[in-house]
Amino acid sequence: MTLRDQMQDAIKGHGADYLEIRLEESDSTRIQYRARELEEIGRTSGRGGSVRAAVKGGWGFVSFNDTADLKSRVKLAVEQARAVGSEKTDLAETDPSVADVPPVLVNDPGSVPLADKKDQMDHYNDLIWSTPGIQSSTVIYGDNRRRVHYVNSEGAAVDQEFVHVICYVSAVARDGGDVQQASFSIGSLGDYGLIEGLDDQVRAVGQRAVELLSASGIEGGERTVILDPVLAGVFAHEAFGHLSEADHVYESDQLKEIMVLGRKFGQPHLNIVDGGAIPDLRGSMAYDDEGTPTKRTDLIRDGVLVGRLHSRETAAKMGETPSGNARAISFNHPPIVRMTNTIIEPGDASLEDLLEGVDDGVYVRNWYGGMTSMEMFTFSSGEAYMIRKGRIEEMVRPVMLSGNVFKTLHQIDGIGNDLGMNQGGGCGKAGQSPLPVSNGSPHIRIRNCLVSGA
Amino acid sequence: MADLIQLAKDAGFDQAEVYRVSSESQPIGFETNRLKEASRRDTSGAALRVIKDGRLGLSATTDPAAEDGLVARVVELAPFGAKAAFEMPGPDDYPAVDIFDPAIAALEFDTMVQTGQTLIDAVRRDWPELNCSANVSRGVHTMSLSNTSGLEAEYRQTSYSVGFGGELVRGDDMLFVWEGYGASRLFTDTDWMVESVLRQLEWSRDTAEAPSGQVPVIFTPRGVSAALLGPLLSGFNGKAVMTGSSPMAERLGDKVVDERVSVFDDATIAGAIGSRPCDDEGVPSRRVALIDRGVVSNFLYDLQTAGRMSAASTGSAGRGLTSLPTPGTSVVDIAPGDTPYDDLFLGIKEGIVVERLLGAGQGNQMGGEFKANVLLGYKIENGEIVGRIKDTMISGNVYDALSKLEAVSDRAEWVYGTLRAPAIRCLGVEVASAG
Repeated sequence: MTLRDQMQDAIKGHGADYLEIRLEESDSTRIQYRARELEEIGRTSGRGGSVRAAVKGGWGFVSFNDTADLKSRVKLAVEQARAVGSEKTDLAETDPSVADVPPVLVNDPGSVPLADKKDQMDHYNDLIWSTPGIQSSTVIYGDNRRRVHYVNSEGAAVDQEFVHVICYVSAVARDGGDVQQASFSIGSLGDYGLIEGLDDQVRAVGQRAVELLSASGIEGGERTVILDPVLAGVFAHEAFGHLSEADHVYESDQLKEIMVLGRKFGQPHLNIVDGGAIPDLRGSMAYDDEGTPTKRTDLIRDGVLVGRLHSRETAAKMGETPSGNARAISFNHPPIVRMTNTIIEPGDASLEDLLEGVDDGVYVRNWYGGMTSMEMFTFSSGEAYMIRKGRIEEMVRPVMLSGNVFKTLHQIDGIGNDLGMNQGGGCGKAGQSPLPVSNGSPHIRIRNCLVSGA
Repeated sequence: MADLIQLAKDAGFDQAEVYRVSSESQPIGFETNRLKEASRRDTSGAALRVIKDGRLGLSATTDPAAEDGLVARVVELAPFGAKAAFEMPGPDDYPAVDIFDPAIAALEFDTMVQTGQTLIDAVRRDWPELNCSANVSRGVHTMSLSNTSGLEAEYRQTSYSVGFGGELVRGDDMLFVWEGYGASRLFTDTDWMVESVLRQLEWSRDTAEAPSGQVPVIFTPRGVSAALLGPLLSGFNGKAVMTGSSPMAERLGDKVVDERVSVFDDATIAGAIGSRPCDDEGVPSRRVALIDRGVVSNFLYDLQTAGRMSAASTGSAGRGLTSLPTPGTSVVDIAPGDTPYDDLFLGIKEGIVVERLLGAGQGNQMGGEFKANVLLGYKIENGEIVGRIKDTMISGNVYDALSKLEAVSDRAEWVYGTLRAPAIRCLGVEVASAG
């Protein structure tokens, strides 16, 4: 019996309204430097699975490493669901997909010898240390190959394989009690080549850490800011992406009212999309973790809310269509509504156009992180520069920016023509982190954005 | 289960260690005021760490069938590994730490459901428009460690946690309230959680305009956890000290913050989630003073970092299954002061209370910096809380703030079972808000 046959066999006679099994094998390599020394080099293999069942609207979920006795796991998941459910299972209709999707592979990290990967990271660490005044550094390389087998009780059977590569470098400079750091990260779907040839970016990290020691801080308050494509991508993810995830909304009458389709969220030049079907990015995939084909979903079109991200359950409860956004970080977790690749579409302004007329502002680049509580959100720049009389001037210490989703999107008054993608991040939600996602945007300008002191 | 120590010896490794973990957890989740999900999660795995020709190698797997292959893998990796700065420790005496409660292992599903539902119902009696969620979870975790120096360590730990809260949506205004606690002993008194959530709702009834500039700030124990703990502790990690990237490097014995500040890491506190008889390398647990009355007293070390620093391990090694051990905290214990909680507010003409933050931990934590949006905080006017503040950010440096300390409350409270902290009032925090 093939693995798929075994899984389909285990589902038979389950007694639930809905049931799915996911099995996974993974292999990972990790190389890490701290300061001048290689700290860790390791290879890991993993195996495991999970069963999710729905009975009368209640969910049971069972995860395990030992995949031998699937039938007993199915039984337990159904018992759990039965103990919970008291309403009605409601899942949006989809055509059961049957597919075997090969990994996207441009330059397979699996075929690159370990010694070559180590040499590449050695080289990057040397580049950081080529700047005088470096106190410490971190260089991390990781690759991961993950094969997922999925079947459900409606006949879907999808095998998918993903190869992810990441590289992260950071540098620390110190002057007595003043410690400053700078970092850069990049990830790719199946292309080791993207990890090579980063000399300029890596060297700049070392230089920036040292320069930050002599940079001054700025006073907090409301300011005009211009975001580079990478930080604007993080902004799209935090400021709006999370609120478009329907699991926050689908059972709350008040939130449904606030997030009603047709509500104006920004000026007519604002367009935001998300989609796993957008190819060759960190969040790209053919099917989500409920076997639903992915697509490209318009979230904001001409400044107006036109769509949202769904699982089959949230789509059914809101009378909308599943968007292929139910994702699980691994077999250990049930799928929940997540972003994939989230993009602010480009307009026609050049960076010069955006700078024009900004007498006193901040130009913010790169990212440290971001977070949202739906209404309010924060995102942090990796670099910040003063803008005076339309010109980018001296570097200042990185700042955190904060906004309110119902105000800040309206305050975007300029959208550039230079779309760039941020492939260096992962997303965290409900204990599932870091999920591979990408986000992107052109340069954007926001008026009256709340900036922290630095 | 393969005898990995024997296999490693057969393969000619000088030293080898096998680390095994297995855990079972049963979380249940409530959404929109009722039970929504019940789960059972079993995880297990093994990691083989070796020293070969003076270099460290690690390989791990969660696939029982792949265990035999760990030795071959680590043979391939060890020549690339870091130089080992320690020898694997032999048998040792461990303190008795109370972290296993049979009552958790025997807990009934229906009791867990009732616990969550009771909390939700209690708060919604006064606030029916609150949309509540909750989680109740119990677990049993086993760690075992053996090495070629004859060390054999094993412990079992139970855990039980309860968290609940809700969102209140009024027009475009959203308020999130939450309380939670976890322990390795069963607890049944959850009334205080209801009181805490009701107090958060009560204090947020009105919205107040946040002040700007430097004003007195009271960090509640949860606020201490959100704002100050990360930047403070990152400087006491032995690795940051070793590389010189901690501002505390070379400051051992120096007074760096107000003398009313004492911070310990203590894995021997009975019943705490992070407690354990030994760390993940088999070094006995102990109470480690990091800051003693304002003076830098020690740093957190694992064996490798301690070896590099010619220091002794503080029993602070933590590890995930797939990575080498690294120094970290277990249970952080911040000493209380002598100011009654209500007196913290005395004499504040204009200030804020910080309870929960959004985005803390982004940015230059290692430098001691904190910056965040105030997710839940209140304005103080003339010693009284007058309402919730919104669209407000705080920023500062933890060493500076704890040097400009004004008061420490006389009672320390548990925050999630891994931190015990008092409320702290200080200056030196910049507040910025949107108009």
